[in-house]
Amino acid sequence: MGNHSDGTPTSSDAVAKAGQNEVEKFQDPGLPPHRLRLADTDPRAAKRAERQVAALFVVSAIGTLLFFFAYFGIRLDDTIGTLRLQNLFLGLGTAFAMLGIGTGIVHWARALMPDHEVSEERHEIRSEEDRQAAVKIVDDIVDETGIKRRPLIRNTLLGALALAPLPAIVVFRDLGPLPGDALRHTMWDEGVRLVRDPTGTPIKASDVTIGSAFHVIPEGLNELHEGKLEEKAKAVVLLMRLNPEELNPSAGREDWGYNGIVAYSKICTHVGCPVALYEQQTHHLLCPCHQSTFDLTQECKVIFGPAKRPLPQLPIKVDAEGYLVAQSDFHEPVGPSFWERG
Amino acid sequence: MSAASETTYTPTTKVGHITNFVDERVGGSGILREFGRKVFPDHWSFMFGEVALYSFVILLLSGTFLTFFFDPSMAETHYDGPYVPLKGIEMSVAYSSSLNISFDIRGGLFMRQVHHWAALLFVASVSVHMLRVFFTGAFRKPRELNWVVGGVLVILSMAAGFTGYSLPDDLLSGNGLRIIDGVMKSIPIVGTYLSFFLFGGEFPGTVIIGRLYVLHILLIPAIILLMVVVHLFMVVVHKHTQYPGPGRNDRNVVGYPLGPVYAAKAGGFFFIVFGVVALMAAAFTINPIWNYGPYDPSPVSAGTQPDWYIGWVDGALRLMPGWLLGLPMEWHIPLPWGVNTLSLNVLLPALVPAGIVFTVLFTYPWIERWITRDNREHHVLDRPRNVPTRTAIGVAGFVFYCVMWAAASSDLIATHFHVSLNDVTYWLRALFFIGPVLAFIVAKRVALALQRKDREIALHGRETGRIVRLPHGEYQEVHAQLDEYKRYKLVGYESPLPEAGIPNAKGIVDKKEKRRAMLSRFFFEDRVAPATPAELEAGHGHGHHEAVEAGEDTKAVSH
Repeated sequence: MGNHSDGTPTSSDAVAKAGQNEVEKFQDPGLPPHRLRLADTDPRAAKRAERQVAALFVVSAIGTLLFFFAYFGIRLDDTIGTLRLQNLFLGLGTAFAMLGIGTGIVHWARALMPDHEVSEERHEIRSEEDRQAAVKIVDDIVDETGIKRRPLIRNTLLGALALAPLPAIVVFRDLGPLPGDALRHTMWDEGVRLVRDPTGTPIKASDVTIGSAFHVIPEGLNELHEGKLEEKAKAVVLLMRLNPEELNPSAGREDWGYNGIVAYSKICTHVGCPVALYEQQTHHLLCPCHQSTFDLTQECKVIFGPAKRPLPQLPIKVDAEGYLVAQSDFHEPVGPSFWERG
Repeated sequence: MSAASETTYTPTTKVGHITNFVDERVGGSGILREFGRKVFPDHWSFMFGEVALYSFVILLLSGTFLTFFFDPSMAETHYDGPYVPLKGIEMSVAYSSSLNISFDIRGGLFMRQVHHWAALLFVASVSVHMLRVFFTGAFRKPRELNWVVGGVLVILSMAAGFTGYSLPDDLLSGNGLRIIDGVMKSIPIVGTYLSFFLFGGEFPGTVIIGRLYVLHILLIPAIILLMVVVHLFMVVVHKHTQYPGPGRNDRNVVGYPLGPVYAAKAGGFFFIVFGVVALMAAAFTINPIWNYGPYDPSPVSAGTQPDWYIGWVDGALRLMPGWLLGLPMEWHIPLPWGVNTLSLNVLLPALVPAGIVFTVLFTYPWIERWITRDNREHHVLDRPRNVPTRTAIGVAGFVFYCVMWAAASSDLIATHFHVSLNDVTYWLRALFFIGPVLAFIVAKRVALALQRKDREIALHGRETGRIVRLPHGEYQEVHAQLDEYKRYKLVGYESPLPEAGIPNAKGIVDKKEKRRAMLSRFFFEDRVAPATPAELEAGHGHGHHEAVEAGEDTKAVSH
């Protein structure tokens, strides 16, 4: 608006001061006069609109035919290409079929059906007369039941009603077992070999070069018949090797690694996503879900993001054949925190 | 009956016979008489609700098709279908049957894509419809309860979306479920139990897909359907709201009769929505589960994203720091029976922002009614600019939501714009608090400015773009006065003044009233009064002048 309104409330009288009384208002001029459309006055335009609507319906029919052509005419082989092609033409066929009808009807309504806006009175949602009648009915009903005069009936009924839904809650008890100490243990135990995920081949300490990282599962996981995913969800481990000088193990954890090789739980301590990204240069582990960042050189302490606890470390050693094995299970529950965790 | 049967109507045509048969038994004539010509106001912004309804119908249609082929079992199987990269891979039956729907059933992939796109559109249109209702004040009396039903529908639509998203048991959705499991475990006292009950033991277990399936195809859609019926029933009871304008007021409803125009437009629009969804399903791949692979607790791909409507909760989880200024956000509470863990770094972002949004959403009609003391029925909508404070509150809430939503893509923002992920997170954390405040201020100023512009146009006419050179060399633009209908649209609104607290029986303005007066000031202090006929009259002197010395009004306004 350029300089037409400089906008500041103080300098323009456009902004009324508080306390100023309502001044007289513009009167409602009523509905604006109806304006005729081209199709209302020109029979040729009306005829043209009619033909357009019919054409759109024909487009729809062609779309339906296209669908059949795609459904029966395009043979699916084992490639994604034909699948995409069929999907494209099934979709285009449906789209034309639907859009043809839709735009046709809407065009018909807009161009040819009467476009007079009409005004209708609104009705009272609740009339006072109805309210009084309803109150009377409710009073009569309550009176006829005698519920006010017979508190014994009322109170026992309320008691029974309060108790009756409880079985409906209790009956869900068997949805699942109680947690017990399931969250505190994993498949790891003394002497369990660290094997590659998903092939299950054991890892020799000498195979782990400085800077490398392995996705690890406990030996025997792949052979489980029951509960494989549940065990895997707790037991997955990341194995990495750094220069031993770069690791700063705290007291009591000096021998949890081997020659700079360390193993940490892969399950984020935030909400349990796999911490799958290892930044070789910075020795940071990053969770791709919520970006919690753990520093491998500080025993996977949280240095950024929503996690609070460091990733639990799996103590490892080397067995007689030179393979990496666990010294024990994790010393704390892996994964997200829970109330009973302590 | 005997009296009536004497004058019994006898139809002459075949169709007439059938119609009459039905009518005599269900009383269709009465229904048609009541609704056949019912008036519906028309406006493009009323279509969002229609889009929501129609995408729900599309969801029911395409979803029913999918149930004929989908098997929600988590039993182990080895893939034996035509998709080569997954041949022989171990997976759940649910994932394998989703692959079969995509690769073996002709039109199956199309139906999956229609279903997924329609689901995204459903939540989007419900949300945008809700924004429309908020910003136009359509939630005011008598529609408060229908606003609450709408709020329930938003939550249900997200629940429907999330349960469906998880069903294919692919890697992406499995990680989503794992996050749900982690969030659930952070709930004090009962969290671990809830998780074990939901998953039938330890995550992921073998029952969750089947359970979500029942929720997704039976319980949630049934409740949605019920809520939709209640919602539409109330629309009929209340009749539709209408935008302000000449001839429209709180006592009438102006629009097209249901038959034929409105029914044709609304009915035709269903086909258009269906057509657009089909077009998207044809051209744009959505959720290509064969690329993700079956669920496995070990791998995860970078740049994982939930469906858009879960983004804001996921974003809140990302924004919350585990350590705040050296203070841990997870507490170990020593209690008589041992130490318990309270994981605020998960609990707070999961509950608090959603809690704030939905509490304000559900209570807002009553809050505004309390502040404004406005107990009248409103059937004419507000133009958002004419209620600057409400509009500003809405925009602030919207920005609050959007900051969290953006945070769910913090990693993608960082990689796409080559900026530090940590910086993106720090900025978004700041915006989480500052954003809504800034948005409030800006939106309110914009609304007031638009009101001033309306006032300006109402009093001095619109710019014609015609530049005239005056005899003394000055160039000015000619303004054209509006006709009275157009002007009424700009001036026909209420602009209440802030109210002082009302003293009680003892003549004292109590604390509650003082608070109300304060909020009333907050609401109505900044206002632009609608132009009055007197002002127009005063300006007309200029206006007349204008015709001769076009542009005099410039001075008139900017004194």
